Amino acid sequence: MANPNPTPVRAPATGAWWNDRRVRAVFYQIVFVLAVAAGIWVLVDNTIENLRARGLRTGFDFLGARSGIPISDSIIPWDPDDTFGRAYLVGILNTLRVGIVGIILATILGTIVGIARLSQNWLVSKLASIYVETIRNIPLLLQLIFIYALFGFALPEQLDPLVIGGGFFLSKGGLMFPLLKLEAAHYAAGSVFLVSFAAMIVYNVWAKRRQNATGVAPPRLLPSLAMLLLPTIIVFLAMGAPAEFDVAAKTRFRFIGGGAIGPEFLTVLLGLVIYTAAFIAEIVRSGILAVSYGQTEAAGALGLTRGQTLRLVLLPQALRVIIPPMTSQYLNLVKNSSLALIAGYQDVVAIENMTMNQTGRALEAIMLIMAVYLTISLSISLAMNTYNKRIALKER
Amino acid sequence: MKKLAIAAAAFAAAALVAGPALAGKDLDNIRKRGSLVCGVNTGLAGFSIADTQGRWTGIDVDVCRAIAAAIFGDANKVQFKPTSAQQRFQALQSGEVDVLSRNTTWTLTRDASLGMIFTGVTFYDGQGFMVAKKLGVKSARELDGAEICVQSGTTTELNLTDFLKANNMGKAKAIVFEKIEEATAAFFSGRCQAYTTDASGLASTRSKDAKNPDDFVILPELISKEPLGPAVRRGDEEFFAIVKWVLYAMVEAEEYGVDRANVDQMKGSPNPAVKRLLGVDAKNDMGKLLGLKADWAYQVIKQVGNYGDIYDRNVGPKTPLKLERGLNALWSKGGLQYAPPIR
Ligand SMILES: N[C@@H](CCC(=O)N[C@@H](CS)C(=O)NCC(=O)O)C(=O)O
Repeated sequence: MANPNPTPVRAPATGAWWNDRRVRAVFYQIVFVLAVAAGIWVLVDNTIENLRARGLRTGFDFLGARSGIPISDSIIPWDPDDTFGRAYLVGILNTLRVGIVGIILATILGTIVGIARLSQNWLVSKLASIYVETIRNIPLLLQLIFIYALFGFALPEQLDPLVIGGGFFLSKGGLMFPLLKLEAAHYAAGSVFLVSFAAMIVYNVWAKRRQNATGVAPPRLLPSLAMLLLPTIIVFLAMGAPAEFDVAAKTRFRFIGGGAIGPEFLTVLLGLVIYTAAFIAEIVRSGILAVSYGQTEAAGALGLTRGQTLRLVLLPQALRVIIPPMTSQYLNLVKNSSLALIAGYQDVVAIENMTMNQTGRALEAIMLIMAVYLTISLSISLAMNTYNKRIALKER
Repeated sequence: MKKLAIAAAAFAAAALVAGPALAGKDLDNIRKRGSLVCGVNTGLAGFSIADTQGRWTGIDVDVCRAIAAAIFGDANKVQFKPTSAQQRFQALQSGEVDVLSRNTTWTLTRDASLGMIFTGVTFYDGQGFMVAKKLGVKSARELDGAEICVQSGTTTELNLTDFLKANNMGKAKAIVFEKIEEATAAFFSGRCQAYTTDASGLASTRSKDAKNPDDFVILPELISKEPLGPAVRRGDEEFFAIVKWVLYAMVEAEEYGVDRANVDQMKGSPNPAVKRLLGVDAKNDMGKLLGLKADWAYQVIKQVGNYGDIYDRNVGPKTPLKLERGLNALWSKGGLQYAPPIR
């Protein structure tokens, strides 16, 4: 007999807790993870055992051993007495250096070329198309080899460089430039500049708030500039305005002194920028084309110029389409920088290869290099995703 | 990336093959395969280089042929695998090659920690420097301030930093390349003012790659000891012994005046040492002790030659490399080449 007024029961009792779907799901996942971990452990253990049996040393202790290897280009001081661990650090910094500068320049060049391809000027758009189609279709490796060889042939001899003037020289040894000899005045001026910069930002935030609150916009450009520059200049002048430069001078074999950018770094940077920019150009172009033509017409109807339309209407909307594929181009650029070693630029892969060969710790070296690239790639992805979220269309 | 792949393969193999290697395994594989796989240089004139028909020549190549002659009685049963300075050890570790005969320096680190073991010295060498003649450099010590092209993954790069340190040459700068072609191209294009490697390698590069070899000088200093010789994987003592004694047999043959031209006549020699070497006397079979045929050394000498034969033909004074015997003369002639007795 059915109860016409059943008391509401709690969740249908389907049996014991181990029959609960959720409990089971968690259980299976734990089993799965354990199985994978056990599998990896067995594999690693077996590998190490076998490597030992073959007389190969294993372990990461080599990172603390004297390396004895030469590194020609490093941001931090390098001496062959330093360890393999530090060599890795130098390599990572070299990879980051070419990666970061490369990403910035490739973005600028790619955006310009992408917009140029949409230009109404026939010549400009044609040139941009030729650039994109040529560069995209030649393997990067060949381009790097070509650029490096070109430097070798085309640049003047080291003892007879092209004198650009102002302490700049160009030769097979790369680009040499004057370096400011840093003195107390420069550190002082630099510190003042940083403080001024912070003050300027505070002022601008305040000005914006005030404009929002009162509708009157306080002047911003001039006070900002004055805040930013005047204190720095005054401090610098007061301290005697020292400006001595270290300029490269001729020695028996080559010009030494000042700063120098070697042809190895230049080759890799140029190669990565030129190559990646071609892909970025296409992304920018298709991003702009993705914004409906109605927007352009509307902007035109409002009386915006073509430049304003691009800057204020098209690009901000295009950005939303552009960011995700752009992320993968940035990742590509960093990964492609591993080709650097063909031009003698010692990025982290070149260092890894050296280490692997000198110590025989191939397994460890490969694990390290994978960790390095994974970290760099995930960081780029994270940064780009965060940015993407910020500019995403907010539904209101 | 190829290197990575090789390394990955090496470790995949290491991960899957359980237990220690059985003695004799490598030799068994070689016999089963019917040929010796020999890791050689990608192209170093006089040591190992292939001509346009794919025919290999050089000391290191001849050593491979000699091993094949001893094992198979046929010097042609060799496959040559070119390996760069960077790839060579992994090629040996992973089993891609049976023996590495590739101007490789015998050092403690390599002998003790890379899973390989050196069998002997086929060429006593030392590291030198090459510069353009027009720079007027007379000694390597003058090179402070110079840029020096060098190949990575070698003892060369390590010796270079040692040398610069020991001589307070802090302004000199090494420009490091992964491939020999890149290093030498950079040197000849004027990127570096000096190039450094084993003196034999310098002679080889100068004779082969310089537009005009006479425009370049090799400086007198040798800054290191570079005993070059073949290496095998650890774990197969039988194969190790064969390679080692093939080298000794070539040296011993030269000592007794047995060479490629006269080896058949020498079979009739009354000298017991020559008889033992050539395996003429069945009651005194040295080959059997190595697991080889009695005429193993005869085949080596007949098909490839004694040590002097292969030296003269590949790198000697009459070749473009023009290298005097020097340290590589027999011990009895003031050099270092010496073989324990074959008995
Ligand atoms: N003997 C030294 C150097 C051997 C070496 O690899 N030399 C270079 C320059 S001569 C070479 O042969 N390179 C050829 C290649 O990597 O393909 C060593 O064993 O590390």
